[in-house]
Amino acid sequence: MTAKLLRGAVYAGAAFTTLVLAAIVAFVLVNGLPHLTPSLFQWEYTSENVSLMPALVSTVLMALLALLLAVPVGVASAIYLVEYAKSTSRFVRAVRVTAETLQGIPSIIYGLFGMLFFTTTLGWGLCLLSGACTLALMILPVIMRTTEEALLAVPLSYKQGGLALGAGPVRTIFRCVLPSALPGIAGGILLALGRCVGEVAALLFTAGTVAQIPNFAEQGIFALFDSCRTLAVHMYVLSGEGLHMNEAYASAVVLLLLVLLLNVAANFIVKKLKRGQ
Amino acid sequence: MGATGLKETLARVAFALAAALSIIAVGLICLFLFANGIPAMAEIGLPEFLFGTTWKPGSNMYGIFPMIIGSIYATAGAIIVGVPAGLLTAIFLSRFAHARVAALLRPGIELLAGIPSVVYGFFGLMVMVPFIRTHMAGRGMSLLAAAVLLGIMILPTIITVAKSALDAVPKSYYEGALALGATHERAVFRVIVPAAFSGLMAAVVLGVGRAIGETMAVVMVAGNQPIIPESIFSGVRTLTANIVLEMGYAADLHRGALIATGVVLFVFVLLISLLFSAIKKRGEAK
Repeated sequence: MTAKLLRGAVYAGAAFTTLVLAAIVAFVLVNGLPHLTPSLFQWEYTSENVSLMPALVSTVLMALLALLLAVPVGVASAIYLVEYAKSTSRFVRAVRVTAETLQGIPSIIYGLFGMLFFTTTLGWGLCLLSGACTLALMILPVIMRTTEEALLAVPLSYKQGGLALGAGPVRTIFRCVLPSALPGIAGGILLALGRCVGEVAALLFTAGTVAQIPNFAEQGIFALFDSCRTLAVHMYVLSGEGLHMNEAYASAVVLLLLVLLLNVAANFIVKKLKRGQ
Repeated sequence: MGATGLKETLARVAFALAAALSIIAVGLICLFLFANGIPAMAEIGLPEFLFGTTWKPGSNMYGIFPMIIGSIYATAGAIIVGVPAGLLTAIFLSRFAHARVAALLRPGIELLAGIPSVVYGFFGLMVMVPFIRTHMAGRGMSLLAAAVLLGIMILPTIITVAKSALDAVPKSYYEGALALGATHERAVFRVIVPAAFSGLMAAVVLGVGRAIGETMAVVMVAGNQPIIPESIFSGVRTLTANIVLEMGYAADLHRGALIATGVVLFVFVLLISLLFSAIKKRGEAK
């Protein structure tokens, strides 16, 4: 009797999760797909045609810039933690504790900090660069953790082999250890990319909400100081204004497809690179 | 040898510097939050700030007690909705599901984890809020909507962490229970679940941390009135919502009070992550 009840409860829990997922995906697709018109992909955003194209391009720029800043630092610190440091040292413990703290900090706090530090103190204003730096801090612990896990999973013999052939520690790390940790690192990067794409709270007060593509063609590097809105911010602004709900639905579809694409890519890379080994 | 030695040392220093960035980042975040928030708290007066029940920036009244209560209520609601469903789904995936079903559900949960909070908020705004307004009570934007939505949003966190805790329980535990005549259900709930208990608690705490820090989805469905809600159908404003709603136009003491709201939130989150590491440590010690 209890066995049946318990089994029922377990199935009910799983059914709830499945239903919720199906409901959200169906809601977005059913309401959004019909509104995904070509006019939404025009380069110019106007008050009549709230094109999502500028936001889409800004999302790509923002996410790439954040990755460019966070990936080298994240991977390097993971290498230090795994390959160099003695796990008992006070420095390593401090790094671990702070990385865990960073991971738990809500994005609105990152937004506040970005606003106080990059936007105000450094005087960058609301811009692509302030937003990307804020996002980079936010995804740093994600990249550190996944890289660390990937490095730890590399068989010790790879490293020993490299060292035995006379390669120095740096050469061993870059030629023997890192290549076989690559799938894990790539998975972490895609995870971080997903967070960048979906972020709003950390960007509202650091990157702003201007619906234009930063103009690198005319301003060159100074376009980094242009304000821009990512697709998630775009969707938040539209749903807040309440005037363009159909376009908000369409943005939701694009966001959902982006996330889906990232997930599929992550699984694919991990599988493919694992098979290649 | 000299050149190689130099290269190795340089690399070592570069890696260590990168690692130090985490420490620097946390230091800077604390410094900037506290340096901007604490003076405002002092000016308002800490008791008035934390326990004042009136938030009226226009008349210089900055009491965030309703928001503290709002965050606690919304998070508690999220636990009621999300924890049972999340843990049961994790148990299902780990011990009940057919391999093929699990292989289908796993990407679904990854998708659930990846869906941006605006999309969740939009779903809440267009589906849950009208439903509550027409079929239940109040104006729809409510504590109930926020709690249910947060409960859904913490599902993937809870499921993933709880599942890996359940998967880590040695096979011999389960086999031992079966050998003693337990049914599959009894073995799972009496042997595996207790063995994974600290991991399951860690999953819940992580979910709580996510719920209390969630901003955009809550802002979109909670109504955001800065008063202590009278029922689950009343509007509610959380700490996170308070910041995001008013930061765009705040100045002077008002701005300071919002940053101080961030400080309070930050302290909450730090307490939760302390709890998390305490649970994890206890689990490892066993």
